[in-house]
Amino acid sequence: MARAVSTKTKIGWTVVVWAVALVIFFPILYTIITSFKTEQEAIQGFSLIPSGTVENYVTVQTQRDYFKPFMNSVIISVGSTLLGVIIAVPAAWAMAFSPTRRTKDILMWMLSTKMMPAAAVLVPIYLIFLRAGLLDSRIGVTIMLMLVNLPIIVWMLYTYFREIPGEILEASRMDGASLWNELVYVLTPMAIPGIASTLLLNIILAWNEAFWTIQLTTTNAAPLTAFIATFSSPQGLFWAKLSAASTLAIAPILIMGWFSQKQLVRGLTFGAVK
Amino acid sequence: MATENTKTLARAMMAPSVIMLLVWMIVPLAMTLWFSFQNYNLLTPGNNSFAGFFNYQYFYTDPAFFQSIWNTLLLVVGVLLITVIGGIGLALLLDQPIYGQGVARILVISPFFVMPPVAALIWKNMIMHPGYGVFADIARFFGVQPVDWFAQAPLFSIIVIVAWQWLPFATLILLTALQSLDGEQKEAAEMDGAGFISRFWYLTLPHLARAITVVVLIQTIFLLGIYAEILVTTNGGPGFASTNLPFLIYKTARLSFDAGGAAAGGVIAVVLANIVAFFLMRAVGKNLDR
Amino acid sequence: MSQITLRNVSKRFGDIVIIPGLDLVIEDGEFVVFVGPSGCGKSTLLRLIAGLEDVSGGTISIDGKDCTNTPPAQRGLAMVFQSYALYPHMSVRQNIGFPLKMAGQDKATIDRKVAGAAATLNLTDYLDRRPRELSGGQRQRVAIGRAIVREPKGFLFDEPLSNLDAALRVNMRLEISELHQQLKTTMIYVTHDQVEAMTMADKIVVLNRGRVEQVGSPLELYRRPANLFVAGFIGSPKMNFLTGAAAGSHGAATIGVRPEHLRISKESGALRGVAGVAEHLGSDTFVHVKLDDGSIITARGTGEYPVEHGDTVWLTPEEGRTYRFDQQGAVIG
Repeated sequence: MARAVSTKTKIGWTVVVWAVALVIFFPILYTIITSFKTEQEAIQGFSLIPSGTVENYVTVQTQRDYFKPFMNSVIISVGSTLLGVIIAVPAAWAMAFSPTRRTKDILMWMLSTKMMPAAAVLVPIYLIFLRAGLLDSRIGVTIMLMLVNLPIIVWMLYTYFREIPGEILEASRMDGASLWNELVYVLTPMAIPGIASTLLLNIILAWNEAFWTIQLTTTNAAPLTAFIATFSSPQGLFWAKLSAASTLAIAPILIMGWFSQKQLVRGLTFGAVK
Repeated sequence: MATENTKTLARAMMAPSVIMLLVWMIVPLAMTLWFSFQNYNLLTPGNNSFAGFFNYQYFYTDPAFFQSIWNTLLLVVGVLLITVIGGIGLALLLDQPIYGQGVARILVISPFFVMPPVAALIWKNMIMHPGYGVFADIARFFGVQPVDWFAQAPLFSIIVIVAWQWLPFATLILLTALQSLDGEQKEAAEMDGAGFISRFWYLTLPHLARAITVVVLIQTIFLLGIYAEILVTTNGGPGFASTNLPFLIYKTARLSFDAGGAAAGGVIAVVLANIVAFFLMRAVGKNLDR
Repeated sequence: MSQITLRNVSKRFGDIVIIPGLDLVIEDGEFVVFVGPSGCGKSTLLRLIAGLEDVSGGTISIDGKDCTNTPPAQRGLAMVFQSYALYPHMSVRQNIGFPLKMAGQDKATIDRKVAGAAATLNLTDYLDRRPRELSGGQRQRVAIGRAIVREPKGFLFDEPLSNLDAALRVNMRLEISELHQQLKTTMIYVTHDQVEAMTMADKIVVLNRGRVEQVGSPLELYRRPANLFVAGFIGSPKMNFLTGAAAGSHGAATIGVRPEHLRISKESGALRGVAGVAEHLGSDTFVHVKLDDGSIITARGTGEYPVEHGDTVWLTPEEGRTYRFDQQGAVIG
């Protein structure tokens, strides 16, 4: 077992690690601080102590209707993820529990669709959406993000399902469970943690997707990514307000992300690193 | 229970995913390929005609094209270098015994969850702004002329922003891999008289090799498609100094309305991505065989 | 109560033949052990009987009723898996009660039977725990509990003790034997460990490459092995085999003598050699002897037999305890 570490060493490392961690976190921290400053304060030079105004948050809502893109983000990210999981669960299931010689090839092929650069198919997708009247519609972006993330969803579910030991399913068969009972009492409860992790990670990915959401929406269906991008053109003194909008845009996902560290590694590396 | 029945059932269960992805892959790609041989301007639809290799030739002779390819590669390689080396360092740091390890780790991984437009705007306005940014404040504190980052080093600035976003990902994966290193191996190496440097070089680094490969390959997929960070900061400029291939395609299609030209660029992007994909498939595929 | 009959049962996976065709009768109430090296097909055979694998040919009948194509749930057999295969999301109580719930029994009956099984297996205090909170031995008992509550026609054990440490294995071995004495139900037990086979079985089936090498009671196999394979597999330490001139003088291709049937002497005997490592166990002494012709054989001496590395010793086989085998490995005589 590890030897006892002297308190002195531990304090030394703590100072170093925390210093580095705070430098990395600083841009986020400073954004949060700035969001509580007045516009004047925001450009007055470096300061970590805001006056504590919440005016920016009020303005972002009243002048820019923040709630609308926020709800669009929720609908699009949750909707595309749920849709994807519903389609992917049976596929991942079949591949995990009755694999054939071709299963591996199918999985690899699915992953390969993820490598198609989005920009390469911008023209046809844009034209299809234009003809079908799907531009700037929530349903259009939702379907798009579902397709983009479907390979990851299938892969994640597959790696989770594959960990359910086959002997347990056999045991339930020996115990007299019908196919339906096996599904209800044994498989579903064992699969739920994996499905939950998949949902969490893919909501995060969909929430932060910033190519298709910007290309395919303008006002009606614009989620937060597209909404924030409109702040890029300088419009005078707006940094405190931008900070408030940014804080609101990243807060929910930041918190979800903190809870999904472990799943993130597994999910995004397709089970290659655990 | 691999009977004929279950096989049929399994096929039916896979069908929706497979068919959707098949359509999603083939239809737009086929259309891109088709458009790339057409004179097709979005402002004058219906005026299409066969263009042969004109679009490719046009794209090829455009000086912006080579610059964008070069920028794409610089962006990918630059970010990879920073994140892999920085990630190993951070992972080693976070693996030390410290107070508040959990919270420190959360702080380090946070940038990954910040959406690209927000990340880019934070850096553009609050950190790198030549007048009001924190870097400018620091420069003035030392009596140095502040740098106008996006004007003087646009691509470098974007590399910094993107590296900040991806550093947590590399750190988290390398840390996970680091923690799976067998403690007894480390102890055996210590008994064999290996110091910190030799332990790192002969034990830790080879152990991390696989995780590093995974980090490099997965980041490459995402880094080849960087778009929003450029859009909200430099908009590809000055000139084409920070335009990468996806951004050039976007500009051609949406700002110049040249669907044919954009499609030709798209075909080139697909070829580029396939070269990378080939290596990724091999690395991930090996993992399936265990 | 049940008799299980296998007729010409075969199993292939694609082109690979696991079991080429096998006949076997397991009598009602018998404790039968399938034993053999890994890859001999013993687990596959058990899974065929369970119905977890489809046979490629032949028939399996239980109590004279053909159930070759009956799904596992309806064969009335219970199985204990090597990994225990407990349901991780259920408490011990729910795990044991699961087969009864599947059989549609009412709650009161389930509770009563679970309590009974738990009492038998010393699990009463753990009923509300999850499997991951139990030790290996306790998990094993839960798996057995889940098998006994439904009062099956027969029990199938697939290497149930291989994940336990040595001391616990001896205990569980006794518990399972005790259980068999109480229930008098047919049990089929798969193991690669010949000690488990010898100590537990009424009847041992020795398997090698999908074929039955020999069937018999433990002592029958010990006394009268049909061939080289069985002779080498049953008994610990392994039987010594000698070929060449020593075997030729007995009119055989190979002769075999068990270590316990060799008398060690320091003065005289049939075979001379030099003692190598001597393992003093207290109850026995195993001496590894290098004979003059170069072959190494093991002999068992009495508990505290005084022998040192390098001593010259003489070995004499006991009368009538030398086994002779022909070129094909079949026993002669």
